Order: sequence, then C-alpha cells, then structure tokens
Amino acid sequence: MKILVGIKRVVDYNVRIRVRPDGSGVDTDGVKMSINPFDEIALEEALRIKEAGNAEEVILVSIGGEACQQQLRTGLAMGADRAIQVQADSHIQPLTAARALLKVVEKEEPGLVILGKQAIDDDNNQTGQMLAALWNRPQATFASKLQLDGDKATVTREVDGGLETIEIDLPAVVTTDLRLNQPRFVKLPDIMKAKRKPLDTISLEELGVSPENDIKIGQHEPPPQRSRGIMVEDAAQLLKELRNRGLI
Amino acid sequence: MSTNDKHVLVIAEHDGQSLNASTARTVHCASRIEGEVHVAVLGKDIDSVAEEAAKIEGVNKVIAVSGDHLADPLAANLAPEIASLAEDYSHVLGPSTTFGKDVMPRVAALLGVNQVSDIMSVEGERQFKRPIYAGNAIVDVTVPDGVKVVATARAASWSQAEAGGSAEIEKRSATTEPPGHTRFVGLKAGGGERPDLQSAPRVVSGGRALGSSENFELVFKLADKLGAAVGASRAAVDAGYVPNDMQVGQTGKIISPELYMAFGISGAIQHITGIKDAGTIVAINKDPEAPIFEIADIGLVGDLFSIIPEIEEQL
Repeated sequence: MKILVGIKRVVDYNVRIRVRPDGSGVDTDGVKMSINPFDEIALEEALRIKEAGNAEEVILVSIGGEACQQQLRTGLAMGADRAIQVQADSHIQPLTAARALLKVVEKEEPGLVILGKQAIDDDNNQTGQMLAALWNRPQATFASKLQLDGDKATVTREVDGGLETIEIDLPAVVTTDLRLNQPRFVKLPDIMKAKRKPLDTISLEELGVSPENDIKIGQHEPPPQRSRGIMVEDAAQLLKELRNRGLI
Repeated sequence: MSTNDKHVLVIAEHDGQSLNASTARTVHCASRIEGEVHVAVLGKDIDSVAEEAAKIEGVNKVIAVSGDHLADPLAANLAPEIASLAEDYSHVLGPSTTFGKDVMPRVAALLGVNQVSDIMSVEGERQFKRPIYAGNAIVDVTVPDGVKVVATARAASWSQAEAGGSAEIEKRSATTEPPGHTRFVGLKAGGGERPDLQSAPRVVSGGRALGSSENFELVFKLADKLGAAVGASRAAVDAGYVPNDMQVGQTGKIISPELYMAFGISGAIQHITGIKDAGTIVAINKDPEAPIFEIADIGLVGDLFSIIPEIEEQL
C-alpha cells in the first residue's frame, strides 16, 4: 500500500503574527516558515505505518510555489520516499487543493491519504473532508489513534463530546489531531540523503485544475487587544470583585 | 421555493436525544443574514429534537429528516442528504464544532464551493469576517454572486438565540442511500461529570507551577466547587500533569468562557491565543512580571498553593 501525505508550507507556529499596516495580509517577509504542524504529525503517522510493515511507500505532496520544495525536502529527510510539488503561484483555496490532490490520488492510487486537520495559517479545516467527498471515500477527521486491519481502519477521533471511534474501509482520508503522535526530529545525515530522493514538479494546469468559486479575500485587521485590568491583594478581594461583576 | 430565494438552512447538531447548544448559536448567526431561517434536523427518531429546534426564536421552519443511516453523526452519510436539501437555499450554515467542521466541508465539496469557516460577524448577505492564524488576524471575505454560501458559525462569537419560537415542523424521509464505507463504533465521553471545556461558561486552568499531577487536584477541586471545566497550559500538559485534551491554546482548544481563571500560567503567546475571547480573565501567579498579567482583567500575585484553598473556603 502507498500512503499519500499532504504538507503545507506555513508561518512557523512560534512566530508572532503581524497584520500589514495596509491590511493587505499578514507579514511573511523574512519570517520563519515550516511544515504545518498537523501535517508533520500526518507524515510521522505514515512513516510509522510503513515501519510497522503496513505500507511500502510514503509519498509527499505539497501545493505551492518553488519555496515549498524546502518543506518537501524536510519531509524527505524525516523519511518519506519521494515528493511531488504541485506548482501553483497564487493562493490556493481548499476546494482547488482538494481537486488537485484528487488528481494525484487518481494517479498514485494510495490506500490511505493522511493530511493535517487544518493549516495553522488559514485555519480552514476543509481540504481533507473535501478530498474525501470528491473521491467518494470515507473520512476520519481529528484522528488521535489510527489502527489498520487489512482493508479497514479503526480511527479514534477527538470530538467535542469525547473520543469517538469509527471504522472505515480503505482507501480513505484521515486528518490528524495533535494527540496522534509526536513527530521525530530530522537527523543531519538524513538531510544529506534527502537531497538524492526524487522530487517531481507538476503544475496545476498540467493536472487540469483551475481555481473556481474562490472566496474573495478582503481587508485584514488585527484582533481587538485586551488591556491590563486591576490587581487585587488577596483571595477575599478577588472573590469580592468577582461577585461585584456577577461572575460567581 | 426556487434557488433564487434567499433563505438560510441551519444544520442542527444533536445527540439523538437533545439539541446541542451550538444550534441556537448558529441560528443567531443565520438570523443576521436576510431571509427565513430553516433548521434541518437529521437523524433517527428525532421528533423531540425537532420540537426543541422549533422553539428557538427566529426559526421559521424545522425540517426533520429521518433515516436509519442518519442515526450517528457520520459526515459521509449526512453530507449527501444535506447537499440535496441545500438545493432550495442560498446559504447553508453549520456550527463550528467538531461535528460542523467534519460534515460541512464535505457538503461544500459536493456542492462545488469553498466554505467560509468560523464566521465571527455578518457584514452583508455574502460578506463575513473570520479569524485566521488562530485569531491573530481577522479577515473580511466575500462569497461571489451566484455561488451558494456554505459556512460554519464560530461558537465563541455567537450567543444562543433565545427560546420562545414556535416554528412548524416538516417531516421527511431521507432521500439518499448510505455509502456503507463508514461505520460508527462508539463514543466515549470525556471529562466524566465535569462540564465540557469547549463550551463551559467557567473554566479553571492550571500551569506548570502546579508542579505535579497530585497538586493539580487542587485545580480540580476548585473547578468542581465553581461548576467549572478544567483546562491546562501546554507546559502542564508537556510536563505530564494532565492529558493533552485539556490543553488550552493555539495547538489545543480555543475557548471563550465568561470566566477564565489561570493558576500558575505565565501566559505564553500560544496560550493567550486560546483564551483571548474569554469574558473575564483572572490570573494568579507568583511572578508579578508574568505576561499573563498584561491581558488579565483581575490579577493576583501570590502563592497558588495557599490562594486556591482560600478561594475555595470563601466561596
């Protein structure tokens, strides 16, 4: 079985986000970029499945400009076998991403597609579900545990009400939540080895996909800021303040 | 009703017995968009849930769709049915809960549209504001004319629409067949008797300063006295004091309780991101320089091991 893992190049989660003064977007100049953390978990899960002998090949795919090859190389250094960059210059919305992924899926015929539950830039949380819909296959979102059993998988999902378990037939799309695993660190020799692993590029146009029904992105603004309130001296004063405000 | 009519369909969230509070929040959001608000309740044996939905103020009609394969909240089974209902509406809205986040994008893809995730405010019939970068930026988005609006309403931004309505209920049978590739096994409720962290009006959280999982019991005890949910900082989770599902912050849960009490949490950016929509933030920390005091409405510098029992005693 092949496993296809989607990764997105995003602003690193430790970077403090600043909205550009003209509201045209978020400042990304000279900012550290990384693999979306949930996608890193997706890749780790795929590697573990392969290491357990349940998959033969882990294929990475990223949609974006040339710069995303950097994240693909990092993913190859983590242990993926090969990578595909779907060249796209403009900002790609989830439906277009899902359509592009579907084309790759049709070509590669993976038994499992693992994606992050959401990218931490746009926070859309849509692409995995959309791919599953277009592919007409099962989806298991917010996965915190994944067990393979032949042509089936049992997935534990982190839902608001607790932990939900579902059983899905393969092939399927799984999206990862934080608890699924702890991604490994990349070792230096692996970075060297990753340079020799195959990385193919194909454009959105070559896949026959063009953006449709895109949502128009307008002005950006920073969120309302909270300001420093009052300080109290002890527990009694704190409770008095909370009572005065009708909070307890 | 033709597709030109501007009406909003709200997808109800429920557990088969009662309506989830997120439904009334989504109705509140939907009522800011022009046109009638209809609520679709999909499931099996859903009469009482449909009646509950009919009582939400601002709801013009409830459509109760029943089918054996709709009994469990499986996106693969629900999405085709919702997509077929959507034909009669200009807008389809779901809650931005794990239920809504799971099913709505599948609906959007079946309808060939992108989704507007996490509506914070309605600026126009097809114009909305939504958070990106974990709420560190707000963006104004517009769905092009002639494209169906599929969206989720961000729970923290919408209070529940009041009760007091009496909408008619239209009963229908499911028109779609289950794909059969996805099966519900079970749900194990988290947190036991305590309120759900995501939706609780009061949350008490602990940080690394608690020092151990035994000491974290102090936080649990206080929370129980307050009827509050319990959260934790990433540092406390990483230190192994509590499980990860209690983590509040950018990589954990983003919450907006009326009252948030942080004990021994310094206030890293990633934690602040998860609480900045809270009504009132109370911070108790030994370090007067802790960044959490910059955003706290009420701050108290002191030793939490003496302060927590004092608060509990005086409640």
